[in-house]
Amino acid sequence: MKGEKCNTLAALATAMSSGEVETVDLTHTLDSDFPVIVLPPEFGQCAPFRAEVVSRYDERGPGWYWQNISMCEHTGTHFDAPIHWISGKDLPNASVDAIPATAFVRPVCVIDCSKECAENEDFLLTPEFIQAWEKQHGQIPAGNWVLLRSDWSLRSGAAYLNMREDGAHSPGPSADAVKFLVEERDILGFGTETVGTDAGQAAHFSPPYPAHHLFHGAGKYGLQCLRNLDQLPPTGAILVCPPLKIRNGSGSPLRVLALVERSAA
Amino acid sequence: MTDPLQRPPKKDPQKRTVLPTPPPGARSRKAIAFSTAAAEGRLALQNCAECNHVIYPAREVCPKCWSMDLQWKDIPDGGELIAETTLLTSVNTYFRERMPWRIGTVRLDAGPMVLAHIHGDVGEYERVRMIARTDKSGQGVLMALPEKETANMADDKQLRTLTCDPKHRRVLVTDGRTQLGQCTVNALAKAGASKIFVGIAREWRPYDGSAELAAVSGVELMPLDITDTISVNELAAEIGGKTDILINTAEHVRPGSAMQRHGILTARDEMETNYFGLMRLIQAFGPGMRGRGADGDNSACAWVNLLSVYALSNWSVFGTTTASQAAAYSLSQCLRGEFAGSGIKVVNVLFGPLEDSWRQPLPPPKVTPKRLADAIVHALRQGIENVTLGPVAEDIVRRFRDDPFVLERELMQAPEGQAV
Repeated sequence: MKGEKCNTLAALATAMSSGEVETVDLTHTLDSDFPVIVLPPEFGQCAPFRAEVVSRYDERGPGWYWQNISMCEHTGTHFDAPIHWISGKDLPNASVDAIPATAFVRPVCVIDCSKECAENEDFLLTPEFIQAWEKQHGQIPAGNWVLLRSDWSLRSGAAYLNMREDGAHSPGPSADAVKFLVEERDILGFGTETVGTDAGQAAHFSPPYPAHHLFHGAGKYGLQCLRNLDQLPPTGAILVCPPLKIRNGSGSPLRVLALVERSAA
Repeated sequence: MTDPLQRPPKKDPQKRTVLPTPPPGARSRKAIAFSTAAAEGRLALQNCAECNHVIYPAREVCPKCWSMDLQWKDIPDGGELIAETTLLTSVNTYFRERMPWRIGTVRLDAGPMVLAHIHGDVGEYERVRMIARTDKSGQGVLMALPEKETANMADDKQLRTLTCDPKHRRVLVTDGRTQLGQCTVNALAKAGASKIFVGIAREWRPYDGSAELAAVSGVELMPLDITDTISVNELAAEIGGKTDILINTAEHVRPGSAMQRHGILTARDEMETNYFGLMRLIQAFGPGMRGRGADGDNSACAWVNLLSVYALSNWSVFGTTTASQAAAYSLSQCLRGEFAGSGIKVVNVLFGPLEDSWRQPLPPPKVTPKRLADAIVHALRQGIENVTLGPVAEDIVRRFRDDPFVLERELMQAPEGQAV
């Protein structure tokens, strides 16, 4: 058994160095001007990324450069743990430090909704859409990550949050789709290119913010502000997404990678 | 009439920037009160409480009756020019560089004969209107102006050294997202600013008035978030060498006292904008402006801080916001010290509650953003450094002057009904 495992990893290492398996970076750069989610002003707010130089080969430290950084757990490309939402607050192993590490390296299914999102900024992923996708690519296996590809990461500036007087307008899953992925497919987690796992108008859904409410209530994880999803195959890639091990952390900015077999892409 | 000031030519890149050289700045401890009044645009002299003699220059005792009870009081600004001359040479570097320079003797209606700078439009032996202002050394001086407004009067070379007129100058308004920022931009455009750089934080969030703002003549929208060191430094790298006036309109205001707050994040946000934001601006723009205090007709000349009057004494209804304003006020005093001798004035506007969404439940009287914007431009044109704006601010400042500890106690006892 031991020998077999070593062979698997050795084969992977060979495939990675030959380029047969590629590593795709699904992460945005942590930049102080990258949009963060906006709540009504009387609520607490998500802090943007900030960096202050400690020293830069100067009188503060002549030979070295380093920065103090600060941000919210939900800034930039980030991971949502179940305790992020009130529905998941009492679940076991629901904070980033307690989630079993196996969750951070798992297969991923990518549902391409980019065409629909280009036509309708309020596009909602439905169970019917998922089932149509499954007809083509097979049923989503339990324990997989599911990512909604919207190509939203290609937007920048005001078009990214797409905030208007009646709130943000961006795609996401319908409450029924979330229920379907939890109850019928038992996925591991759900990821998007938008600023949240929920649609921009999700405050008006029932329940409000169904992706946060239902996924986290069921102990599922979330990934947001992803990019480069167009470089992933519908199935067959492996997602690598370990958040920072923050005590009682509700989430964490992180580097998200995908291992992709080139032949599969 | 004064020849209208022409738009300054582009800077010759081969010439060294003229460094600021302050005019004589030494004053006695007694005379500082004159400068303090001048910084507010007031003309005040010592009045003897015993014999009513008006005294100039400042003294320890009344030269007439030897009383030591001398009180600073505003005096009437009328006078008569009785002798004048135009200096063609001086041993003082500041004046040498600015020859010819007109000075004269004025008999004030209040009594004393004073030595004063003389505006070019004042004729021999004419009636004059006296102003007291701080000069490039930061000390109070007297200037005789024509009794009646003349054409292009503000463009007089000597008067312009006492003022911070936005005309032909390039101004940075740090936050254009608010009504206050937008009113300030409009007021500056009207005052003839040649360029108005307007900082816009978080361009990815829409804001009211953005289209109108972009359409104002001379406006250039710049990304600037004063809570972000990188953003401030990047903008300073771009325009720091041509920022003649900086007006910090950014503020973070939230109602609430320390115990009404759950955690420190709101207080930290307040400090990030109101205190650290100012600090970032000072570090990024201060040195460049300090080096350009004598850089021609569009030299750097003013730094404007907008501060809640409660910076002087905490009001718990906005307890943590005003604590951050107090920190900013203290830092503005530090900045004044650092700008001393550079010819850059730090203009502090202490205002009462502003008419905006965060102060919406407060009862009137409140200061409208337009009124505050107009007051900023007025202070710049007049060369005034300390402005108190609105009935609430005037009341607080008056009580602060009387006794800051009594004011503190009064504010502590603010009726519950005022709480938000």
